[in-house]
Amino acid sequence: MKKLLTAFVGSMALASAPMAMSAEANKELKMAYDADPVTLDIHEQLSGGMLQLSHMTFDPLLRWTKDLGFEGRLAESWERVDENTMRFKLREGVKFHSGNELTTKDVQFTFDRLKKSQDFKAIFKPFSELKVIDDYTFELITSEPYPLLLNTATYIFPMDSEFYSGKTDGGQEKDAIVKHGNSFASNNMSGTGPFTVASRQQGVRVEFERFDDYWDTESPGNVGKIVLTPIKENNTRVSALLSGGVDFVAPVPPTDLERIRNDKNSELVTMSGTRIILFHMNQERVEAFKNPKVRQAIAHAINQEGIAAKIMKGFATPAAQMSPEGYQGHNASLEPRFDVAKAQELMKEAGYEDGFTITMMAPNNRYVNDAKIAQAVAAMLARINITVDLKTLPKAQYWPEYDNRAADMMMIGWHADTEDSANFFEFLTFCPDADSGSGQYNAGNYCNAELDALVDKANVETDLDKRAAMLQEVEQRLYDEAAFIPLHWQDLAWASKKNVQIEPILNVMNFPYMGDLVVE
Amino acid sequence: MLAFLVQRISQAILVMFVISVIAFAIQDGLGDPLQQMVGMSVSEEERDAIRDEMGLNDPLVVQYLRFAGNAVQGDLGISYFYGKPTLDVILEHLPATLELAIGASLIILFFSVPIGVYAAIRPQALLSKFFMGVSTVGISIPVFLTAIVLIQLFSIGVTVDMFPADTGWGQNLNSALSTEGGLPSYGRGDELTHLFGTWHSGFFSQGGLLHLILPAISLASIMLPLFIRLIRAEMMEVLQSDYVRYARAKGLQPGRINFLHALKNTMLPVITVGGVQIGTMVAYTILTETVFQWPGVGLMFLEAITRSDIPLIVAYLMVVGLIFVITNTIVDLIYGLVNPTVKLTGKKA
Repeated sequence: MKKLLTAFVGSMALASAPMAMSAEANKELKMAYDADPVTLDIHEQLSGGMLQLSHMTFDPLLRWTKDLGFEGRLAESWERVDENTMRFKLREGVKFHSGNELTTKDVQFTFDRLKKSQDFKAIFKPFSELKVIDDYTFELITSEPYPLLLNTATYIFPMDSEFYSGKTDGGQEKDAIVKHGNSFASNNMSGTGPFTVASRQQGVRVEFERFDDYWDTESPGNVGKIVLTPIKENNTRVSALLSGGVDFVAPVPPTDLERIRNDKNSELVTMSGTRIILFHMNQERVEAFKNPKVRQAIAHAINQEGIAAKIMKGFATPAAQMSPEGYQGHNASLEPRFDVAKAQELMKEAGYEDGFTITMMAPNNRYVNDAKIAQAVAAMLARINITVDLKTLPKAQYWPEYDNRAADMMMIGWHADTEDSANFFEFLTFCPDADSGSGQYNAGNYCNAELDALVDKANVETDLDKRAAMLQEVEQRLYDEAAFIPLHWQDLAWASKKNVQIEPILNVMNFPYMGDLVVE
Repeated sequence: MLAFLVQRISQAILVMFVISVIAFAIQDGLGDPLQQMVGMSVSEEERDAIRDEMGLNDPLVVQYLRFAGNAVQGDLGISYFYGKPTLDVILEHLPATLELAIGASLIILFFSVPIGVYAAIRPQALLSKFFMGVSTVGISIPVFLTAIVLIQLFSIGVTVDMFPADTGWGQNLNSALSTEGGLPSYGRGDELTHLFGTWHSGFFSQGGLLHLILPAISLASIMLPLFIRLIRAEMMEVLQSDYVRYARAKGLQPGRINFLHALKNTMLPVITVGGVQIGTMVAYTILTETVFQWPGVGLMFLEAITRSDIPLIVAYLMVVGLIFVITNTIVDLIYGLVNPTVKLTGKKA
């Protein structure tokens, strides 16, 4: 404890000394997201918001580049030792906010904590251990060959082991991960990132200040202070930008894209996203859905391009599969197959010319225009004589219904935490199995053991070309069998004032690298 | 008086008990709080373990008894989202809402009385008809629409160029219809003055007051027409009464008759309606706060619902119930003071 205190005092002294860094990074940025960080403990919840916070206040071993490649951050280099082992070299001289220096023991601490975190443990399951070689060298070891080792390493944001060890005055372990209620880590943080949290009033505002001892002195970033305000209401958030109240907002709703494009003081950046929106057809609830012809008929009856153009106002990329472009499983030959005549014919062949009645559920505040999309799909199904009884619910009530598989067709949007195709299959099309947890969100009860085996095989294939071929085959076969109805990948949009150069720091994962942001 | 208060307090306890039971009973319909607390890929098994730990798997009755036992000792539970005692969370957000309500009330007071009185004294005047017309429109426009229009006009600004700019009249019309914008459109700003406890006030700085303008006008817009019409109607009735006629016949100054004698009696029903309307005001702050990202209890409550933050929802409803009972009690007391002919219940005749 005493050592910790001295470390603190030391860092305070350093912070008060004028630094070259702080003289440059003197811009203030006001930004508005739709929500503020739920907690300061980056292992408490695996969500987009928490990862955004992680990238501001911590640094990962390596991070994604714009074109879905990797770039070393705290890891200087890495090399494969054998099929199951990857050796990393840690950057030297990196300081935590507390003043402690980063070594492999912090990485070890973080790895162990991730294995304990309820949200992250599943992602880190393939890893058997982290072996420390010396102060700046360590190895990540998997129990089987694991092609996604580097993808997963982007989730390791080393935490200050000294800072998070020991007990609080209340006798609570400082490294405890507490989902509900207060913990040391949910209110205090010490990372290596470009920003520290200067003050925080939950739900109202968070103030970040640039960390004077930030290791990355090459970073072009010149923002010294960030004030983050959560503005939930879309209209208000956009108004805040247009009125000059904030400099940077995200997300931008599709209805306001034109408005921002036409505003001479604002800049809009959009990107095709990676979150797939789809409908499952529950084969357990509806006999007809067991017939591949019926599923294909539905796949032909849905006009993905129409939905993307009319309802999403061009703010979505029509999809015929789950893997977006850039993912290994993305099969470029798969196209949406809208053709009502063909759909009617297929229904006839299947013996359901007169159609049938089904129930449908969708959330109404989870995805962009979710309720409207569901209404459009219901209308499209009417053309092949399928009568839809649609119910839309707020997300808080929708997910319990989803877990109960309460309707014949249910909407879900999915983003692969691993940025990899296999994740889609594991959660959305694997044979549902309560024990192993696979197919956890497969509300269609579609089950094809052969495809599952192929994905499992791909998951231990470290030759990435071979692996890509396997995953693309899975997409192809799911498409042929119409296992589910893909709709589109939701686009992403950010907007800023003209002098804030957001384009270079944005990426398809939606973790803006705020540390590198340049404000003119 | 004492009996009256005792009766009211016991009523308050009953109200809060009923609210807590209802809030507890509907919690299943509010969704699964776990959904908001864990990532999508967390397994059902893990979720169940957390539910167990939080006591969410216990029968509702057990959960309620546990809650009630703590509530009696002043502990209304811990908010899932804020990780803090719910009462602390509410107290942190309450000042913002109170300031918004005070701001709106002041606007209502300063505009409704003079306009209402004027419209009653000169019902045929063009200006009166204009006010009445506007108030009819005002009462039928939803508060969020008012808010959005206000933001567009006074925060973002509007540039009108539909009239020919090369003519003098066109330019004048253009500039008359264009607005500058520049008023803050969200939040309370960062120039807050700390008063005491959790109360950070925006009343004492220019920035704070500027942030208050648009939300307060929006909130007032829904109630102002109501009060104008109410005061006008009451005033017209009072002006017909014998004692006013007598005062006129006696040759008193019209100003004295109107504002001293007539207005006093006009205000009686206004106080009653005003007290009841405080409740409505709370409801409308939810909308206003959402549009303006005003960090008050209304916004907090709405977000608690979307997050299924059940302890916070229950605590909020109980606190609001308490506020209702208190304001109604105060209104009754004031009523007794203003109009001595009214007897409080429990007071011997």
